[in-house]
Amino acid sequence: MTRTTTFRLTLSYSLIFAVSLGLLAFYFYWSTIGLVLRETDEILYSETQVLSEVYRKRGIDWLAKSLSVRAKVNRKMLYQFSTLDNRPLSGNLRMWPSVSPSEEGWVEFDYMLPGTEDYVPARGRVYPLPDGVQLLVARNIEEITQIKKVFNRSLQVGLGLTMLFALVGGIFMSRRVLRRVSEFTVSTGQIVDGRLGERLTSRETGDEFDVLARHVNEMLDRLETLVGAVRHVSDNIAHDLRTPLTRLRNRIETAALGAPDLVKRELEASVADADELLRTFSSLLKIARIESGSYKPSFERIDFAPLIFDAADLYQGLAHEKGLVLMTDCDPIIFIHGDRNLLFQALSNLVDNAIKYSPEGGAVSLIGRRDGDHAEVIVTDVGNGIPENEWENVLERFSRLDQSRSLPGSGLGLSVVNAVVKAHEGQLIFEDNNPGLKAVVKFSLVR
Amino acid sequence: MNLLVIEDDDETGQFIKNGLVQAGHKVDLTDNGQDGLYLATTGDFDLIVIDRMLPLVDGLTIVRTLRASDNRIPIVVLSALGEIDHRVAGLNAGADDYLVKPFAFSELEARVGALLRRVAPEGPETLLRVGDLEMNLITRKVGRNGKSIDLQPREFRLLEYLMRHAGQVLTRTMLLEHVWDYHFDPQTNVIDVHVSRLRSKIDKGFEAQLLHTVRGAGYKLASL
Repeated sequence: MTRTTTFRLTLSYSLIFAVSLGLLAFYFYWSTIGLVLRETDEILYSETQVLSEVYRKRGIDWLAKSLSVRAKVNRKMLYQFSTLDNRPLSGNLRMWPSVSPSEEGWVEFDYMLPGTEDYVPARGRVYPLPDGVQLLVARNIEEITQIKKVFNRSLQVGLGLTMLFALVGGIFMSRRVLRRVSEFTVSTGQIVDGRLGERLTSRETGDEFDVLARHVNEMLDRLETLVGAVRHVSDNIAHDLRTPLTRLRNRIETAALGAPDLVKRELEASVADADELLRTFSSLLKIARIESGSYKPSFERIDFAPLIFDAADLYQGLAHEKGLVLMTDCDPIIFIHGDRNLLFQALSNLVDNAIKYSPEGGAVSLIGRRDGDHAEVIVTDVGNGIPENEWENVLERFSRLDQSRSLPGSGLGLSVVNAVVKAHEGQLIFEDNNPGLKAVVKFSLVR
Repeated sequence: MNLLVIEDDDETGQFIKNGLVQAGHKVDLTDNGQDGLYLATTGDFDLIVIDRMLPLVDGLTIVRTLRASDNRIPIVVLSALGEIDHRVAGLNAGADDYLVKPFAFSELEARVGALLRRVAPEGPETLLRVGDLEMNLITRKVGRNGKSIDLQPREFRLLEYLMRHAGQVLTRTMLLEHVWDYHFDPQTNVIDVHVSRLRSKIDKGFEAQLLHTVRGAGYKLASL
């Protein structure tokens, strides 16, 4: 979850929100409350300067008189002077604040409002005068303190709400985005599986996802056209090459009907040759079709055991005729997802090969097993096997080992098996059977 | 039998027609789907061979139209599209058999023969008989001329299929499809071994051979 793009997006959006709100609040504070406070400080500063001048030039009595006059004019202002040990001498504050001032003389304190019992905040400046006296000029800052409190509370609430909205909005947007993305993932997964007709859903909202979906769909349309063209070409091969070949075969067959014995035998051999060629063609086309995913729609849940026993049953006679023993066994209830005809084709090719390459009197086995969450088919023979460095090569089309060139076959048998196994997302593994070859095919089980 | 062939490729059409005429059928040939559909609905035919891709009206549309009007006439669909899903689509549309182009004529002939035979009322048969070979479908006993023959289950099914289509050529592919129920291309003629085993059980020691090999085509069970 924390690694998803949307989570990160939500987080950074929330942060940006918070920072911009903070900046806004700072500017607001600086230009309102800050301004009043700065003004207050300026007044306090100039008052102390003026009053200290009065003291210096006219003496302490003048100062006391000035203070009482000033205090009457502006009731917000507080004036006091005292001895250095804070004993009040004169002024309208009637006391000296217990808080000690900063180095520059600034001090904030609460005092009792005359005529009431309420304590209110004040800010003042202490200014030392010659001859062991000090002056305090202060100002009632009750209002601005109230405003500051309201401001702080609003800021807290506002910031909290903003973060909440940012998070909720982020989560909501993430969900939306995630949903579209997972829709895309499902669709593209199906396309990768060979269902080229699948398309991304477009919501006609014109947002980025819509544009992306439209582009991907256009790309898929083109891809489908191309794949269609490739298929068309292979269909054409089927049509253009197989059709005349079949026609040739059929003509020879017809000709053979009325031919004298010697010619007839030759013609029938030609028919058999043509059949072999046609078989090669259909194997090639079959591989192409399997690889293009054409068979995927017919995949279903199938029980593997009957396939094993049917294949063994079908090849038992052939093995016996060659003097081979064909052993078979299969665990019950192995279900996999696939096409039974394709799987049977693969089994049949493997067993056919095993029989073909086994010496007389040898043994061939076809075993179906359940191994954890895999279905395993193991086909073994005791023939010459395949050298380890050829294990990859034999899966290529038309590849044949030198030793097997004299035997009938197209060199496509294992290619077909490989294509079938790949189409079923399985694995085809060769091992040395000492002697002989052990072919292991693994498929995923389904429930 | 009266057959209708709907095939747009002239040469293939003529080839099918000639072959079926030689096999003793009366054949009408048309090269487009519209005429084909008209003939199929108005004419009196015993079986129709339809190419899948036709001009004007598509082959499968003809099949669906006929089936929609409850016409049960046997239909063989021919097609160059050979994948399993196409085959399934063809059979789902209501075709009785589906043959991938190109095909050996003997394959088509055998399938047409099998379908025409199927139309003949079979009834709930309990006893199949070809010459002096008898198969009791209830007791699952097989005997020839009073002598009991022991068969494996698969051999029994193979013989049953051959006996039900006695006198007709059955191709190896048909045997694989009907007796083993798999559509696949064996690398070797693995069926031959099964047939020759069956032959040794039912024909060995008897004067008249019943199970014949038809060269280039397949097998036929018949008493001549």
